[in-house]
Amino acid sequence: MIMKFLKSIALMFFVGTMMSATTADNYGLGDTVADFKLKNVDGKSLSLSDFKDAKGIILIFDCNTCPFSKAYNERIIALDKTFSGKGFPVVAINSNDPVVSPGDSYDEMVKHAKSKGYTFPYLFDETQSVAKAFGATNTPHVFVLNRDGDKFNVAYIGAIDNNARDEAGADKKYVEDAVNALLEGKDVSTTKTKAIGCTIKWKNA
Amino acid sequence: MKKLFLTAILLLPLMVAAQPPAKIIKLKDLQNLMTSKSDSIQVINFWATWCGPCVKELPLFEKLNNNGTSNVKVSLVSLDLDLDPNPEKVYKFVTRKNLKSEVLILDEQDPNSWIDKIDPRWSGALPATLIVNTKTGKRTFFEGEVDEEKLNNLITAIQ
Repeated sequence: MIMKFLKSIALMFFVGTMMSATTADNYGLGDTVADFKLKNVDGKSLSLSDFKDAKGIILIFDCNTCPFSKAYNERIIALDKTFSGKGFPVVAINSNDPVVSPGDSYDEMVKHAKSKGYTFPYLFDETQSVAKAFGATNTPHVFVLNRDGDKFNVAYIGAIDNNARDEAGADKKYVEDAVNALLEGKDVSTTKTKAIGCTIKWKNA
Repeated sequence: MKKLFLTAILLLPLMVAAQPPAKIIKLKDLQNLMTSKSDSIQVINFWATWCGPCVKELPLFEKLNNNGTSNVKVSLVSLDLDLDPNPEKVYKFVTRKNLKSEVLILDEQDPNSWIDKIDPRWSGALPATLIVNTKTGKRTFFEGEVDEEKLNNLITAIQ
C-alpha cells in the first residue's frame, strides 16, 4: 500500500517534469510571432518591427560556448552575407543563462561578435522569454520568419544543414533552401528538422 | 610450452590495451539495444565529451551501473562523431575517467533522419536519457541534465 502510494507520487513527479520539458504553447509552423525587444551587442535595443524593409528574418538561437555553435559560426556569417541583401537578414539571439554558462554573458557576447566580425545583430535574451515563446531547445536552432503584412510568420524550424562537422559534406542545406523557396514565392519543402546540439542553458529554478 | 604460456601472459596486457575502450555502433545496433527482450531496465544516456552537463551527470550513471543488486543496465552512447570523425578523444576520455559502464559511439550521418527513430520527443540536444523496460517495452525519455532523484523517478516510473 505504502509502496503503491510512493510509486504514484513518483509518477506524479515524473509527469510534472515531462510537462514542463515540453511546453505545448510555443510557436509552430505558420504561427505569427509576437514582437520582442532585446539588447543588441551594440548596446541598443532591437525589435522585429525595426526590420521594416525585410522580407523575412533568419532568426537563430545561438551562443558563444557551444561546440556546435562554434562549428556553425562561419556558416551563419555566410548566411547573412548571402541573404541580408536579398531581404532576409540573420538575427542571432543568445538565451543562455550566464550563471549556468559564464562564457555566455553579455560582455562575452560583445567580445565574441567583435572577434568573429558579426555583420548581424546578436541579441541577449536575458529573461529567456523569447527562447521560451519560440520553443527553442538547442544551439544553434533556426526559425526562418516570413513577412505577412506587418507581421512575421514561422516558415521553417530546425538545423542549418545536415552535417555539423563538415560543411562540404552537407548535402541538405535546410535554411538556404527554405529562404530561397520563400524568395521565389514557393512553399518550403522541408519545414522542420532536428540536429544534435547543446541544450539552451536554462536558469536554475 | 611453459615459455609459450609466459609469452602469452606477458602479451596479455598489450592485447587488452589494443582493445578500444568503446565500441563504434550503427543505428540498427542501438535499435537492437532498445528493443531486445530481457529482464533488465536498459538505461541509455546520450552524451559527448564536449558537453559540460553530460560530463557532470556521468558519475550518476556510473553509480547506477555499479549498483550490483539492481537489474539496471547502463549504456553510455557518445555522439562525438557528429562533430569530430576521430573517436580517439572518446577513447582517451573513457580511459582517463575509468568508466565502467558500457560505452558505445554512434556512427551515423544526417541526424535529422534518425533522431526521431531513437525517440520523437528528442530535439537532438545533449544530454538526453532514454530508459526502456525491456520486459514490457515501456519507455521513458528525458532531455537535459538529471540529478539522482530525477533519474530514480524516471526508472521507478517504468518498473
